[in-house]
Amino acid sequence: MNSGYAVPAVALVVLATVLVGAFGLRISRTTSDFYVASRTVGPRLNAAAISGEYLSAASFLGIAGLVLVQGPDMLWYPVGYTAGYLVLLLFVAAPLRRSGAYTLPDFAEARLASQAVRRLAGAFVVGVGWLYLLPQLQGAGLTLTAVLTGAPDWLGGVIVAVVVTAIVAAGGMRSITFVQAFQYWLKLTALLVPALFLVLAWQRDGAPSHAFDEPAAFREQRVVRVEDGLDLRLEEPLTVTVHGTVDGRVHRGTELRLPAGTHHIDGGTRLTFAEGTEVPAAGRGVDDALSPSRAESREERPLYATYGLILATFFGTMGLPHVVVRFYTSPHGVAARRTTVAVLGLIGAFYLLPPVYGALGRLYAPELTLTGNADAAVLLLPDRVIGGAGGDLLGALVAGGAFAAFLSTASGLTMAVAGVLTQDVLPSRGVRHFRLGTVLAMAVPLGASILVGGLPVADAVGLAFAVSASSFCPLLVLGIWWRRLTPPGAAAGMLVGGGSAFLAVAATMAGYPGEGPWHALLAWPALWSVPLGFLTMVLVSLATPGRVPPGTASVLARFHLPEELRSEVSA
Amino acid sequence: MPQDPTERRVVVTGPPRRALPHARLRSRGWYPHAFGYYRPRTEIDEQTTLGHTYVRSLMRIQLRAGLTVFAVLALLVGPLPLVFAAAPDARRLEWAVLGFGLYPPLVLLARWYVRRAERNERDFVRLVEDR
Repeated sequence: MNSGYAVPAVALVVLATVLVGAFGLRISRTTSDFYVASRTVGPRLNAAAISGEYLSAASFLGIAGLVLVQGPDMLWYPVGYTAGYLVLLLFVAAPLRRSGAYTLPDFAEARLASQAVRRLAGAFVVGVGWLYLLPQLQGAGLTLTAVLTGAPDWLGGVIVAVVVTAIVAAGGMRSITFVQAFQYWLKLTALLVPALFLVLAWQRDGAPSHAFDEPAAFREQRVVRVEDGLDLRLEEPLTVTVHGTVDGRVHRGTELRLPAGTHHIDGGTRLTFAEGTEVPAAGRGVDDALSPSRAESREERPLYATYGLILATFFGTMGLPHVVVRFYTSPHGVAARRTTVAVLGLIGAFYLLPPVYGALGRLYAPELTLTGNADAAVLLLPDRVIGGAGGDLLGALVAGGAFAAFLSTASGLTMAVAGVLTQDVLPSRGVRHFRLGTVLAMAVPLGASILVGGLPVADAVGLAFAVSASSFCPLLVLGIWWRRLTPPGAAAGMLVGGGSAFLAVAATMAGYPGEGPWHALLAWPALWSVPLGFLTMVLVSLATPGRVPPGTASVLARFHLPEELRSEVSA
Repeated sequence: MPQDPTERRVVVTGPPRRALPHARLRSRGWYPHAFGYYRPRTEIDEQTTLGHTYVRSLMRIQLRAGLTVFAVLALLVGPLPLVFAAAPDARRLEWAVLGFGLYPPLVLLARWYVRRAERNERDFVRLVEDR
């Protein structure tokens, strides 16, 4: 990729973000402006802001890369990310807004009148928020390294962290709302315009359609340089010309016929594939930093893994702290519902694009499967397919959009985490402490991302969804619809459900227990941890009937009554 | 035929005003006919047992709306992985359904639910305001 265009594009996105944020700052005056934009954000602006915040690096780059490597099964990710909003709309949206709370811990306290549950919910918000921030910062580093050869890995993360902290600390929710809405349209444009040109180029090419068949194949002779060592899993024998080391033996330009089975390729090896060769599947050794990849476990238990993914994304969305905090900015419950419908439309429209990149990537850049660089597919395709100055310009547009993705998701998460830190951890309230909370909210994940640079951060995204689905989803759904929920039940459910999901994924990340059915169970915990969370919450609540908070009936009335009946009730 | 004017006023003004919403609301699960001639709005405001019963009926009908749409979603999405696993050759179908086909039904389901939930709330307001 030509950095002559991409670097100015990234700089322009950062500059535009700061300018739009400054515009919001001019009209951001009170504490209420800071936390919830004074609750006056209309459905259309708010929907664009929610979508802009939600479409993270994993959506912008990761999905196309995953589809390229693992095929159409991975399209369950965007479907799940979208359907999560439908589930949120059905059970949570309007009552959550009517609860009148600022954050998830506020909701827990309002519903259960318990400081202990409030603190537990706050801890989960901070944990999930930091887990989700980590891949955003690392993804920013990756993108900057891809467009600007020689940039250190941590530079992109630091740029994102500084810009986001400055905007959030200066303008709070009001200016963030404008920034997010702006970035939704920026991201859509950055994927849509190059996609149109790519599809035109594909049609001029005679519209080859074998990308939809399994597996992908090379369209022309292609030399692939394997950066890090990897294992090739061959279903059928493969003929390839090798410069380097395969299975421990050094070759210099020999044509090899590898029998079916697993072969180890050392780093630095060049493989030359002939036209029409099927792209072999890479085993362990390919780390896609942005994509929640669990290639091995998917092969072992594909159906179980697919259902685990569906459950985690469908139920996890409602508990993501940066998503939930947005609903408090709607003026009333009816607007919160309509906003959610608009969000579904906007997100659905966006998710039509990554599959296009994934499919074209299978056609024009299938070797990315082997180089362990599949997340860069979206960034590399314009140059590969169109080429020339046009390809460079389109590539720069995509790079700018990718940076917008990191900036917007990171600012929403920072906002949510900073809100909790300010209200529950730092001593007194007020705008000054909110700014201190913002710095703290960003400093921890930034430090972690620099320290644990090599960690497969994609797992952090999956972990965030699984933990949120098994802790906040039961709390919200039962809290809103079930009047017998008690504080001990809520605390036990969050600890058992969210805690076990957290431990399960942490165990998989640490490499335990390697293979077999246990591995799949631990790598995709949502299928058992979500029911476990619900069940624990219900059973413990039923066992402690005396602890039902006295004000439950009037709290539930406030959640569910339309605003026009509210004045006297809440008084 | 009652001769006393006050008694007659009670009989005539009450039922005709409420007859229309009653029949329609009852068919959707409301049971306001049990509440006689009390003013429901006051009951809710004063948080009496009767008022809580009103809120409970609103919650029940809203939960039913949510669960109905959720059931449709589960029936729509649930069998898909099985179908794709059973027909590994239908790759193009999988691309089409997961890449494009599922998003319009999701938006339509959302719009359907919002319309239903808002209608439930309007009916409830009309009921308790005694209009």
